[in-house]
Amino acid sequence: MTTPSTDDRPGLIDARPVPHPGRWVALAIIVILIAMMISSFITNPRWDFSKAFEIMVQTPVLEGLVKGTIVGTIGAMVIGIIGGVIIAILRLSTNPVLRGVSFVYTWFFRGIPRLVLLAMIGSGIGFLYSKVDFGVPFGQQFASWLGLSQDFTFFTLNVNQFSSTLLAGIVGLGLSEAAYMAEIARAGILSVDKGQAEAAAALGMSRGRAMRRIVLPQAMRVIVPPTGNEAIAMVKDTSLLSAIPIITELFYQTSAIGNRTLLIMPAFVAATVWYLLIGSVMMVGQYFLEKRFGRGFGTKPTNKRFARPAGAGGA
Amino acid sequence: MTVSDSTRTGDDQPLVRALNVMKSFHGNEVLKGIDLDVQRGQVVCLLGPSGSGKTTFLRCINQLESIDGGRIWVDGDLVGFRDDGGQLHHLSDKQVAAQRREIGMVFQRFNLFPHMTALENICEAPIQVRGTDKKQARERALDLLRQVGLGDKPAAYPAQLSGGQQQRVAIARALAMDPKLMLFDEPTSALDPELVGDVLKVMRDLADQGMTMIVVTHEMGFARDVADHVVFMDGGVVVEQGSPADVINNPQHERTRSFLKRMRTEDEEAAADAAAADAAADAEA
Repeated sequence: MTTPSTDDRPGLIDARPVPHPGRWVALAIIVILIAMMISSFITNPRWDFSKAFEIMVQTPVLEGLVKGTIVGTIGAMVIGIIGGVIIAILRLSTNPVLRGVSFVYTWFFRGIPRLVLLAMIGSGIGFLYSKVDFGVPFGQQFASWLGLSQDFTFFTLNVNQFSSTLLAGIVGLGLSEAAYMAEIARAGILSVDKGQAEAAAALGMSRGRAMRRIVLPQAMRVIVPPTGNEAIAMVKDTSLLSAIPIITELFYQTSAIGNRTLLIMPAFVAATVWYLLIGSVMMVGQYFLEKRFGRGFGTKPTNKRFARPAGAGGA
Repeated sequence: MTVSDSTRTGDDQPLVRALNVMKSFHGNEVLKGIDLDVQRGQVVCLLGPSGSGKTTFLRCINQLESIDGGRIWVDGDLVGFRDDGGQLHHLSDKQVAAQRREIGMVFQRFNLFPHMTALENICEAPIQVRGTDKKQARERALDLLRQVGLGDKPAAYPAQLSGGQQQRVAIARALAMDPKLMLFDEPTSALDPELVGDVLKVMRDLADQGMTMIVVTHEMGFARDVADHVVFMDGGVVVEQGSPADVINNPQHERTRSFLKRMRTEDEEAAADAAAADAAADAEA
């Protein structure tokens, strides 16, 4: 090798990229596999996609989709997220009693399978307590002991009626979800730099306000992605509502039609397509949520007019 | 809140009085009885090697750290406690927050709220804590931004600002609460050398306007020119204090002398580095 003389000054670079023959081979194999799959869809009459689409739009299926699956997911996640954030805050409290409550809650609801929890709510609780009175603790005992006519009961819940409703199922799934969300929220809160809470405190904010205004909005950046995961998992877990039993739910309805009409596989395909569609919509929603809570982070200036000055260091 | 006559502060009395302040972390004594008076309108610089307790002492004044012994008064109010005939009672979170409202603090790492624009950072506490009208808070925030030389950056997020700009927003944020006292915890230590000047200028202006300031710093030039009173700390005690002329130019204690000598060498090295970098940049251009 000789170092060329400086008389011949090199110009712009026009170099060939590194060859990747493996990629082309892999692409060819995948194209062939997809072609085989499509051909089997077309040539195997048992797939019967037209029947699957018919099942998808039947009234009981749509009703199950909207009530049990969509409303169920939204309701359970609302309870789960609010409950989870509260339990996470309790867990990080300086009060040992609150920390203990939070720990026991998470231990219990994370420990039992949702199927078992829902079955218990559906049949077990109503057997133990057929009705629940809301009033002064031990009010009824005191009233009978003192011979009073007022028994300090303000409101009575008929558990046997309540426990088989969709609301009971939503509450059950939500309570279980709160235990998982608590861990996610805790990780999010702990991810926020301690200096943020200190700066808020130094400005005279109370701890609660600092949590709401400063720490939680920043924690959301860490909380949102795994919460999207949880929400998509929850869509699928609404199929467990049949343990309550609640039958206005997507999978129960589609498989019921499948069993009745012997179109077993088309019915499963109908459910699968619906689940995939919901999941896709949720991923779009998650993208926008992540963008919203990513404000001020990342390198892209949100406002073009205030582009980062060249050479400026960020923290 | 009343205090005994010896510590009652009128206009001629110190704004901050610290007596025998002690603090330990896990049995490690960080402050071993600090005494300090800060008069209204005074700028006091705390100097000393790292680990000398100066930052801890500063944080004790607005209760980011609790003290184990001694007392601190700010404007006549006992910090962190209620004195009930000699028996101290801890203040509630709400009362602590109320005391902190009167004290502005600027941190080494700026600690701006990254999810808010510069303007929102400054408006946040006045609106949320003082209940100031939104429009009024905005006007005042824009004024403060102009005052720190960032009148064109209200909509910038902290990540879009340089360190020096962030620190100036942080100063404006603290000023928005109209504090009686400003605490600065090594405000220029995290900055690139060429950005230090802008921040120090804002602090000089503030001192000229008569703000009472306690500044933990390694900027000897600032301490010499701006401070009314310089305190040299080492090993959790005040080694010596007095006017900048006395402490910086004519130190009495060996520990002060060796620290200042070290700082001077570092300053010279930094100056030499900066000069070399400038020369290199010139050569490139």
